[in-house]
Amino acid sequence: MNCSENTQKYYRVNRLPHIWCPGCGHGTLLNAVVRAIDKENLNKDEVVIVSGIGCSSRAPGYLDFNTLHTTHGRALGFATGLKLANPKLHVIVIMGDGDSSAIGGNHLIHAARRNIDITAVVFNNDIYGMTGGQYSPTTPYGDFATTAPYGNIDRPFDLCSLAQGAGATYVGRGTAYHVPLMQKLIEKGIENKGFSFIEGLSICPTYYGRKNKKGSAFKMQSFLKDNCVDIKVAEKNSEKGKDKIIIGEFYNNPKPEYTEGYQVIIDKFQKQGRD
Amino acid sequence: MFQKVELRLSGSGGQGVILAAIIMADAAIEQGINAIQTQSYGPEARGGASKAEVIISKDEIKYPKVTNCDILLALTQSSYDKYIASLSKNGILVADESVNVNRDALYKIYRLPILDTAQNKIGTHMVSNIVSVGVLYALIGEDVISKDVMMRSVANRVPPVTVDKNMRAFEEGIKLIRNN
Amino acid sequence: MSNNHGYKLYQGNEACVEGALDAGMRFFAGYPITPSTEIAEISSQKLPKVGGKFIQMEDELSSMAAIIGGSLAGVKSMTATSGPGFSLMQENIGYASIAEVPCVVVDVQRGGPSTGMPTSPAQGDVMQAKWGTHGDHPAIALTPNSVQETYEYTIKAFNIAEKYRTPVILLMDETVGHMREKLKLKASSEIEVVDRKKPSCSPKEYVAYRPDEDMIPPMASFGEGYRYHVTGLTHDETGFPTNSNEISGKLIHRIVDKVEKNIDDISFFEEYKMEDAEIVIVAFGGTSRAVKSAVDEMREKNIKVGMFRPITIWPFLEKQISKVADKAKEIYVAEMNLGQYFIEVDRIAGKKCHVNKINKVTGELFTPKEITDAVTGGRL
Repeated sequence: MNCSENTQKYYRVNRLPHIWCPGCGHGTLLNAVVRAIDKENLNKDEVVIVSGIGCSSRAPGYLDFNTLHTTHGRALGFATGLKLANPKLHVIVIMGDGDSSAIGGNHLIHAARRNIDITAVVFNNDIYGMTGGQYSPTTPYGDFATTAPYGNIDRPFDLCSLAQGAGATYVGRGTAYHVPLMQKLIEKGIENKGFSFIEGLSICPTYYGRKNKKGSAFKMQSFLKDNCVDIKVAEKNSEKGKDKIIIGEFYNNPKPEYTEGYQVIIDKFQKQGRD
Repeated sequence: MFQKVELRLSGSGGQGVILAAIIMADAAIEQGINAIQTQSYGPEARGGASKAEVIISKDEIKYPKVTNCDILLALTQSSYDKYIASLSKNGILVADESVNVNRDALYKIYRLPILDTAQNKIGTHMVSNIVSVGVLYALIGEDVISKDVMMRSVANRVPPVTVDKNMRAFEEGIKLIRNN
Repeated sequence: MSNNHGYKLYQGNEACVEGALDAGMRFFAGYPITPSTEIAEISSQKLPKVGGKFIQMEDELSSMAAIIGGSLAGVKSMTATSGPGFSLMQENIGYASIAEVPCVVVDVQRGGPSTGMPTSPAQGDVMQAKWGTHGDHPAIALTPNSVQETYEYTIKAFNIAEKYRTPVILLMDETVGHMREKLKLKASSEIEVVDRKKPSCSPKEYVAYRPDEDMIPPMASFGEGYRYHVTGLTHDETGFPTNSNEISGKLIHRIVDKVEKNIDDISFFEEYKMEDAEIVIVAFGGTSRAVKSAVDEMREKNIKVGMFRPITIWPFLEKQISKVADKAKEIYVAEMNLGQYFIEVDRIAGKKCHVNKINKVTGELFTPKEITDAVTGGRL
């Protein structure tokens, strides 16, 4: 991972090198997060990066913000407490696919439902990497994993549809290949006063790639390049979107935000006193 | 001289016997003596059996539950059937007139039109618990809790818009004993 | 209108919230569960009135997570639950232990296992309060037996959590949580409130998990300019994960020692008619109310019996129980479970005198008669 002059100041350089495998897409996605924070000109002291458990969850440790590496699936619970207790904080949550939608699926839909001002970024590599390649809720049907030796018969989640259905007010999907898009989506997610959900398609050459004969990291990146179509293109010409992965900004519809709603209650009732 | 009284209030869920017990305990505390209120209830918010207990005592109350029931209030047949055996033989039974009671007993029996008074004199069955408070208060006596204090507890613990009705219910409850 | 003696009728669960607010609680996250729900309800009503925050989370897993988040933001935080929810909270109670995040967890015990008896009293979570989360960790649990004590020990629970940077369990039971009796609230001038130790150095010099001599590292809040890392992995003084076995071992020792070696500071107990007692009944929480009554009855019959009541359930009051066993001929441990606290008492006292169990798991509070029958063999 190379840090440009601009972004180096956001890294705890002494914590590098990171633990991710060669070719992993996570470093690229993390850089998109950092560039977005830089672009949004957030005060480092007021940024909190929260993560759960898994490969993605190691991200905050490399960043020079307030960083919180929590338990598997619970990152949004911790983040909700932080944000509600101190709404001045910019809370960005980095999760993996299993982290956010299997063990943490319930927390995801409820954080989205509340529309609490948190920017959730999922590094989705379609596999449990940290534990060695088991299938996750986003592993495609029929694919192989160490716990799907005969092919996966689970149907995968579309994480963006899930988040939007649950009430997220900003939703988009980028990839580890489409970095400027990824960065832009995160920027807009940060700007959205409410729950923003950005899925970043990552690649895992070590486990998912090898199990499914996807070839080198370069080949996996090329797959993203060749098989992703922006929603604007697909909407204009449905032929172009056929059998492709749709990326881009899916939903941007601001709604009343949770901590602001709570502040209205405080403003109304605080003058009554405790009894 | 009053030392201690143990009351058990029973009825069906929703009749408000727990609130009645809370009001009795509240008044005793406000009076400066000791009281403990406890309850037991099933999963139902309405219907089912409901039981509340109050111990009022000049001394410190260690054990919070009724062990020697001095006064049993039974607003329904099923609560009477369930708890009558626990009434002390020198105790007092207060049963609604709709309850069939065994007259062949050592304890004193008051069969009173509590539910009817609430429904027909005050105009709503909702206040039958406060009619009951009036009844129980008349039995315990003004030397234990002053009427002012008792009335304040009723007023403080019922919904504000129902205070007038409940004060009338309380007075009607007292009358049920006085005129008995 | 207020009376002149200062006592008011309160429910145990209500008193818990009053104590929490007096201790400085300004954040509550929880999930409804009988018989603790009033604590959430009253918190939701009162917190905004003091500028605090309440949130009903989607479950107890995230409730526990949220209060850790709240505390890291610098706000004193609490949750309340009962057995089934307490089980779910164990995951992040462990997190709060290793990441040293102060918080208070109230467990109003009910009958178990599983859904058990939701509206009935029990004391089946004694061992869960100590060993519920995996791995070695500090455990502090306080058990009040009255409404007044619930108020006072909720304040103490916050103070201990803040002082030692660790979760503190307030282990109530349905009897104490739901009963109403008199309570005198304290004037704010009479309340000792302890706040967590903050760093006195600049952010540049701050080493987040470097302990002072008292074994406790100063704690900065997120957002104050001290940008540090918090993790549930074993970590070194900087707070970052370590692969060093030696450093990992040292960390676990320190988080346990900071509590165990300060046990005298957090040992609360009551001795009732113990001066000449030959028979001692050990009891806590709601059970102790029956035992106290039973002791009075037996004393009237000239039986030399007393009660030792631990208020600090964890850490175990080894020193005090050992002293009790030096004088007693016989010890009974009465509890609304099948003998959880007994295991600990017997471990210490069993070498010196005979230790018996008195147990009840019917979902009812002991009666005093059941206690006297057990002690006298029904001869009283």
